[in-house]
Amino acid sequence: MGYHAGDYDVIVIGAGHAGVESALASARMGCETLLLTINLDMVAFMPCNPSVGGPAKGHVVREIDALGGEMGRNIDKTFIQMRMLNTGKGPAVHALRAQADKFLYQHAMKETIEKQDHLTLRQGMVEDLIVEDGKVRGVVTKTGAEYGAKAVVLTTGTYLRGKVIMGELMYESGPNNQQPSIKLSEALRRLGFQLARFKTGTPPRVHQDTIDFDKTEIQPGDDKPKYFSYETEYMEHSQNQLPCWLTYTSEETHRIINDNLHRAPMFSGLIEGTGPRYCPSIEDKIVRFADKPKHQIFLEPEGRNTKEYYVQGLSTSMPEDVQLNILRSIPGLEKVEMMRTGYAIEYDAVVPTQLWPTLETKLVDGLFTAGQINGTSGYEEAAGQGIMAGINAARKVKGESPVIIDRSKGYIGVMIDDLVTKGTNEPYRLLTSRAEYRLLLRHDNADLRLTPLGYEIGLIPESRYQKFLDKKTRVEAEIERLKETKFRPDEEVQAMLAACGSAPLQNTVDGVTLLRRPEVSYDMLAKLSPALVELSEDMKEQVEIQIKYTGYIEKQLQQVERLEKMEKKRIPDNIDYEIIHGLATEAKQKLAKVRPLSLGQASRISGVTPADLSILLVHLEHYNRVTAAAAAQG
Amino acid sequence: MVEDTIAAVATALGEGSIAVVRVSGPEAVDTVAGVFRSKTDLRSAASHTVHYGWIRDPENEQVLDEVLVTVMRAPRSFTAEDVVEVSTHGGMVAVKSVLGLLLRRGIRMAEPGEFTKRAFLNGRIDLAQAEAVIDLIRSKSERAFQLARKQAEGSVSKRIVPIRSSLIELLAHVEVNIDYPEHDVAEVTAGVIRDTCQSALKQIEELLRTADEGKILREGIVTAIVGRPNAGKSSLLNALARENKAIVTDIPGTTRDIVEETISLGGIPLRLLDTAGIRETSDVVERIGVERSRTALNEADLILLVINRNEPLHEDERELLRQLKDRSTIVVVNKIDLPAMLDLEEVKKDYANDRIVFLSAKEGIGLDELEKAVSQIFFSGSVEAADLTYVSNARHIALLHRAKSSLEDAVRAADEGIPVDLTQIDIASAWESLGEILGDAAGESLLDEIFSKFCLGK
Repeated sequence: MGYHAGDYDVIVIGAGHAGVESALASARMGCETLLLTINLDMVAFMPCNPSVGGPAKGHVVREIDALGGEMGRNIDKTFIQMRMLNTGKGPAVHALRAQADKFLYQHAMKETIEKQDHLTLRQGMVEDLIVEDGKVRGVVTKTGAEYGAKAVVLTTGTYLRGKVIMGELMYESGPNNQQPSIKLSEALRRLGFQLARFKTGTPPRVHQDTIDFDKTEIQPGDDKPKYFSYETEYMEHSQNQLPCWLTYTSEETHRIINDNLHRAPMFSGLIEGTGPRYCPSIEDKIVRFADKPKHQIFLEPEGRNTKEYYVQGLSTSMPEDVQLNILRSIPGLEKVEMMRTGYAIEYDAVVPTQLWPTLETKLVDGLFTAGQINGTSGYEEAAGQGIMAGINAARKVKGESPVIIDRSKGYIGVMIDDLVTKGTNEPYRLLTSRAEYRLLLRHDNADLRLTPLGYEIGLIPESRYQKFLDKKTRVEAEIERLKETKFRPDEEVQAMLAACGSAPLQNTVDGVTLLRRPEVSYDMLAKLSPALVELSEDMKEQVEIQIKYTGYIEKQLQQVERLEKMEKKRIPDNIDYEIIHGLATEAKQKLAKVRPLSLGQASRISGVTPADLSILLVHLEHYNRVTAAAAAQG
Repeated sequence: MVEDTIAAVATALGEGSIAVVRVSGPEAVDTVAGVFRSKTDLRSAASHTVHYGWIRDPENEQVLDEVLVTVMRAPRSFTAEDVVEVSTHGGMVAVKSVLGLLLRRGIRMAEPGEFTKRAFLNGRIDLAQAEAVIDLIRSKSERAFQLARKQAEGSVSKRIVPIRSSLIELLAHVEVNIDYPEHDVAEVTAGVIRDTCQSALKQIEELLRTADEGKILREGIVTAIVGRPNAGKSSLLNALARENKAIVTDIPGTTRDIVEETISLGGIPLRLLDTAGIRETSDVVERIGVERSRTALNEADLILLVINRNEPLHEDERELLRQLKDRSTIVVVNKIDLPAMLDLEEVKKDYANDRIVFLSAKEGIGLDELEKAVSQIFFSGSVEAADLTYVSNARHIALLHRAKSSLEDAVRAADEGIPVDLTQIDIASAWESLGEILGDAAGESLLDEIFSKFCLGK
């Protein structure tokens, strides 16, 4: 029944947020790419919250954009609300968060994919992988089509052996009643992959016309919104944003939940998968934080041309009838009509320590995995891995060296290193606190961190790169100018300082020193001493941040430098830890499992002590000398 | 590979008339030069030269010791890096304060076996010895680990744990504000940050103060010599002191007027409690220091119970033997130069043979046996572990100083209105420095704290 349906450089299985970035990156790097999805209407679908961004997640979107990915541009085209969060805090944690029109988001992404050269989008359910001699050779679909490939990227989201649970009801299904992918999971198991069972959930959706908004609090977007993509200059729909609405659970809500706990699959034992602590269901929250009298509920529109509202904060797998009662116990929702029922979903994930930091599996050469299949949660986390898997699949096909983003260069690097080095025992969500160099990984400098890399690998076009260089040059020149510019304690300067509540100057100081005062802003200085070249708002912001926080930035840069030598010390991938004399047994086992590429990565494996690292280092030196001696003789 | 600069004590402690602090790495010469007061400037000193001078703390101008400093420049040194060796007076106080000063000035405490490791990595040690290098690292690390575990249960840890929990609570709160800005969790204010950090600072300063006075962090096994009047406590003390030729410290206590002295018994530092009490009462037999002995007993890690063999067992002694049998007690049967009047069976009833030592303090007979017994009890015969206690204490003090300065930065930042995510960097590094003191026992994770204390979700 099988037939040969074509040959590609790279095949991406699944067109969710990881898959689309993978496929676009691979095609844009010149590889003939096939993107297969179970249902063509589900490209870049948002099965849960209709929003993109927030702390750490928004940073990742900026990073994807800086590398030449699509998520930033796509949300800019389709947002219905944009807010900058954390503006009261330091620049490193400012974070954009957009509410998406989830339907427009899908359509815009699908259109981009359809127009992309070297990229073929096709509907088809992959049921098996063709693997020969430990190398992936292609895929087979349910309809018998066999596609040849040099590399395959698996981005299966929550479809692998997906199972939907609400109350006592349980059935095999992907998200939103899509067909689950059963056979592919079996194929992975057959190939020897260790799979984990994870769980996530989504809240019910309700009809806008049945909400009493008077009982809720309005949450509008920013008047002058910023955008995710460095390329976006202005979007018309910025002027036409939709608000979200805030309400709270009531005592009645908590009573209903407590009365029905015996029907909650979380507690009845129906759910086996591990759910994330940071994304608990409402029943979980009420049990674990029993003393908290009320919980926040945000009502979020799912798009401009729909009446559906997402009920954020009410993720649940209670039975349908209980869900309706819960909803109607919430102020503003007394007469609400439920349009979709919330549910929990269980799915298979690949234990991510089975991956190299390139996201290629250690077990099958040329097979990559990205997104929820690697144990993460969130569209942004998926997309961030997706673009990296796509880049590395394409580079492998082209015979180029792999690309790994350091922990000091991006949240994408932090996330992938965490996954492949430490693994995860719950769905992994990025948090800014997971980054040790938070101040270096700012929202504002993602382009400075990653656009040169995006250009080097061919995802950033020349024109955009030149623009980037121009920005960088102007910012640097302006910082230099401020270093040279003297501010005397004259009337004008003292008046400015008095106006912002800063102490008067005693002596003449340079602009940099003055700008480091917390009360003084770049704009104030520019008024007294204007820049010689034209600077955009972005550039001014960059000048200000780089000067104001130099002390802290320097401190973190020094830490990075100190650890760099560990990161640079490579470990050969054929090393046999079993024979290394002196290594503790626990260290041997863990090192053999993770197979770190560098001493730095080895140091982050739990259970590997400093003594083990020293011993490993001595062994590596020994090995190098013996190899060198053998080479000299041979 | 460019390395950082490390330091450690290179001589066995408590032995010999000099002690050596070895410093190795690119900053070795500069850092020592910064605290060395002499006619010569070390920075320009030729390789393999020795210089006489003083080590002085530039922060408070305090002179720590009179020293000889040897400079050996790369690659002609043990590690093939720049190496500086500071020879201080023997004993622990001088060498500890010099090492502590260097650690405060940015030098890292060497890991177990690290000098040898560097020597090997830099090609100074033959390939054939790689295995020996590994064995050295492994064995030293294991002893350090055991010791750290013992210390983790100690009094310092007990005081660090609550400081750390107040900091992690604050950190978790800050992180929740940052990562969940729209959640209904109140924002941490600058005032809260300042108060929490200041209270932590106060506790750390208190710890450091007691450390400087040698009350808490001071190295050595806290040892009490107890016994009836005239049992020979003071002769034992004198014998021990004579044997070592040096009483290393003599620091008057501040809390209860107990005077302590540290002696070295075969390389194991013993902190003897209430030595003044012992000396006083030896002169005036009537003034029995029972109360003071009791106090000393409660604090001691090691008890030397002195019994006069020349007299039958007294009721007080019976009582002591019973009370102390489950503690680390060595029964010192003294005055074996005089006729035996003691019924030994009564002692042997509760004490194994290796915990009974026969000696004559006056004649200086049998002190070796005492040394062996002490070794046996604490280090299974290994003297090196004692060095490690001492060394890790210097490291602890350096880490406490580091935590202190991070917290001072945090308080300043809070006062200046610096954004909370930046202040967080200082709080987190204080938390980490304190965690390094606890080592493996630290074990708390910020994420666990966040998700157990705050209700977050979509």
